[in-house]
Amino acid sequence: MSDYVIEMLNITKRFPGIIANDNITLQLKKGEVHALLGENGAGKSTLMSVLFGLYQPEEGCIKKNGEVVKINDPNDANALHIGMVHQHFKLVECFTVLDNIILGVEPNKMGFLQKKEARQKVIDLSEKYGLKVDPDALIEDISVGMQQRVEILKMLYRDNEILIFDEPTAVLTPQEIDELMEIMRGFKAEGKSILFITHKLNEIMAVADRCTVLRKGKYMGTVNVAETTKEELSRMMVGRNVNFKVDKKDILPGKLVFKAEHVSVPSKLHKKNAVNDVSLEVHAGEIVCLAGIEGNGQTEFVQGITGLTKMSEGRLELLGKDITNASIREKSKMGMSHIPEDRHKHGLVLDYSLEENLVLQQYWEPRFQHHGFIDKKAVRDYAEKLIDEFDVRSGQGPITTARSMSGGNQQNAIIAREISKEPELLVAVQPTRGLDVGAIEYIHKQLVRERDEGKAVLLVSLELDEVMNVSDRILVMYEGEIVGEFDPKQVTVQELGLYMAGARRQTGKGGRA
Amino acid sequence: MKNFFKSKTFISILASVLSIVAGLIIGFILLIVFNPPYALGGLKSIATAGFSRADKLAKVLYQAAPLIMTGLSVGFAFKTGLFNIGATGQYTVGAFCALVCGIQFQLPWWVCILAAMIGGAIWGFIPGICKALFNVNEVITSIMFNWLGLFMVNLCINNMPKMLADFWGASNKDRTGALASANPSAIIPKAGLDKLLGSNYMNISIFLTIGIAILIYVILEKMTFGYELKACGFNKDASIYAGINAKRNIVLSMVISGALAGIGGGIYYLSGTAQYTIVKSLLSMGFNGIPVALLGASSPIGIIFAAIFISYIQVGGEALQPEYAKEIIDIIIAVIIYLSAFSLLVKNILGRFFKGDTSNVNDEGAAAIKAAPVAVPAGEKSGESAGEPVGVPVGEPAGEPAPGDTGEKAVPVSDADVNKEEGGDQ
Repeated sequence: MSDYVIEMLNITKRFPGIIANDNITLQLKKGEVHALLGENGAGKSTLMSVLFGLYQPEEGCIKKNGEVVKINDPNDANALHIGMVHQHFKLVECFTVLDNIILGVEPNKMGFLQKKEARQKVIDLSEKYGLKVDPDALIEDISVGMQQRVEILKMLYRDNEILIFDEPTAVLTPQEIDELMEIMRGFKAEGKSILFITHKLNEIMAVADRCTVLRKGKYMGTVNVAETTKEELSRMMVGRNVNFKVDKKDILPGKLVFKAEHVSVPSKLHKKNAVNDVSLEVHAGEIVCLAGIEGNGQTEFVQGITGLTKMSEGRLELLGKDITNASIREKSKMGMSHIPEDRHKHGLVLDYSLEENLVLQQYWEPRFQHHGFIDKKAVRDYAEKLIDEFDVRSGQGPITTARSMSGGNQQNAIIAREISKEPELLVAVQPTRGLDVGAIEYIHKQLVRERDEGKAVLLVSLELDEVMNVSDRILVMYEGEIVGEFDPKQVTVQELGLYMAGARRQTGKGGRA
Repeated sequence: MKNFFKSKTFISILASVLSIVAGLIIGFILLIVFNPPYALGGLKSIATAGFSRADKLAKVLYQAAPLIMTGLSVGFAFKTGLFNIGATGQYTVGAFCALVCGIQFQLPWWVCILAAMIGGAIWGFIPGICKALFNVNEVITSIMFNWLGLFMVNLCINNMPKMLADFWGASNKDRTGALASANPSAIIPKAGLDKLLGSNYMNISIFLTIGIAILIYVILEKMTFGYELKACGFNKDASIYAGINAKRNIVLSMVISGALAGIGGGIYYLSGTAQYTIVKSLLSMGFNGIPVALLGASSPIGIIFAAIFISYIQVGGEALQPEYAKEIIDIIIAVIIYLSAFSLLVKNILGRFFKGDTSNVNDEGAAAIKAAPVAVPAGEKSGESAGEPVGVPVGEPAGEPAPGDTGEKAVPVSDADVNKEEGGDQ
């Protein structure tokens, strides 16, 4: 009997033009939480797909309890009691929780479903591990955190012993993250082994026993978490020292760039306004941060001012000109850039090539078209310049399909496009969501550089670290209204938290400097 | 060269070729089952008849021209994220406009084609504007407009005595007057091609349609307009974000799609060898644009070849008679078309095989897959009632056996009248 439940030895997986996994070894002990750390595109997901039978490695072997096994598809993985919670859940929206859990392993007698025993098993499991769910709720009606629990119960229902979590915290609120960590500890106590894919160092420090680090497809080593530090891990991950603090010199805000007055935006979910009478100003050379817990109207406010949805009331001004009724294209021409919240939905046309995406906002400009014909050479030159300048990495350069790029580089491409427009106002919504520390550091630098060049930046962020580090002024949004305005140097995270949770509000709210 | 084998184009072509080969193999099996002694000769006929004689080739090209147009109509809409199942309605209205200009108003052929284009465009515009303004699914509206178009045209023609054949000296009044007697100037010029190939079917329309296909290619691949349209098709939200007027593009896309189908209707009936016949079933030429677009992977250039191929195999199928029922070629074509829908799947498998990745190589097919369940029943419906599932309706020359005379007819006699569909003997 080997010490390890799962061993992936010297795994190499090549894709055309890239070695996704280059001689990687990962050994998982029984009853441990083992973190797999790496930047976007480091090969974490590929390695897990190999373990889960979605890819076949060119070299190397997988051992379970010391014996070599062959995993050809997820069913084989399941038979070996390997289960996985994918980053994007694989649930049937219009089925109930119970139906989703038993899907594929339905207990039946002569073809008739026997849900009763299944239900009891699910209820027992959920009580045992503190995974509260309502078995009869529809997936589409429950929260993302709840959906994740259903995914976890799916693994438990199948008696899986090796649980893989692919970036499980990316979609969760801070409270839900704490709960998940607690659940993971419970599994560990039960003797289950957990593989935890992440790039969030805090979570590794909090829950993992050991950590394997990958960088650009290569194995960087495995460390005991108790014997290491965040700095050490991040150095292994990105290959250099990462500065968690954003370097920012003090500058005085300049002229007024953007003004929103009494903006209200109707909600798509209910009859009330998602944004209610919000006014704010952004000046040249300052980063104004809209902070708040997700779903308090930040998204709708940005969609309202950028034109993606219609405002029901309010007035907008950009550089002294009224842009309340301007179209998106007109706003863009007048100097508004927008790094959207959802890079797949709004930011990119995934089936277009990188170069086509890099001119998405500008293809109509005279320099890229003549008499309605696209000047492909001008587009190519421009794309190559941006790729070079912003270090956008991709398999085939300008002609890479955006879909095939890693999340970080997709975001990088959007940022390159929006910043290169040389905007007066840069609206950035959660620009670092789902990115690793190296990329986050880089994006923060870009935002600060824009600010230092005298541009106005409106940042929407859910990450308190980001809010405190990057912004010059913080506006807290709660239930569609601005409930407080703070100087990041004079406020604590705890205090901000009270405002974000609606426990306190300043009178005479509003975003004026 | 190595890159070519990894390119999307190569994979698309390979997928289409594979489905054609598989369709022919299944067809051959059918031939063996029905009449073994003639099977090999039958397969040879299917494969070679289209090129066997100059006049056969003329017929291939004659039928291919409107197919290219309806194929372009469907394919263009696919590329822009819309599923235009209304091509047959647009085709019918286009045909009607062309014939009214030609017969009622005695205008020259090119005016008639312009009128056909406008007629089809209007019939595409309405579903387009409904989609853009009220978010009504274009599949539903365009299916409704297929029937609206058909019966409106029938109603109009029934009430326009000058349009009917008996006004121009023929005995029947269930079809429009023959252009040769009504207005020879409305017949599309033959430019000597008829003499060259020895067939009355031949005219310049095939070159006209190839020209239009190239124009569509240029719009989609080289122009900012096409860039916008495709962006809307791939990701409407991102195009709105980029300041593209998505609603305008949906409408324009449907208008262009409709115009293309309308031109198809125009050129078919302005050939001088077909007369519009008043029938109660939708014309299959419009629906045949769907398989043509699928087989051609929505690429305008691919559609040219796909349409010529379908037309070629159709002509080959006619050569199977009398040893085989006419329907057998329809079955073979149907199999190829079913497999061509699978070609989207085949493409992905090939894509993985050649590229080793799972990225989606059949982007423009997405709309097709989504809408396929709707397409199939609609197509079958027209097929059942018309007796020609995918058959290109042709005006049979007097010498050749008429559809009703082939002996092994499976369609009930009562349908035989309907069966003539739009073909009028000349």
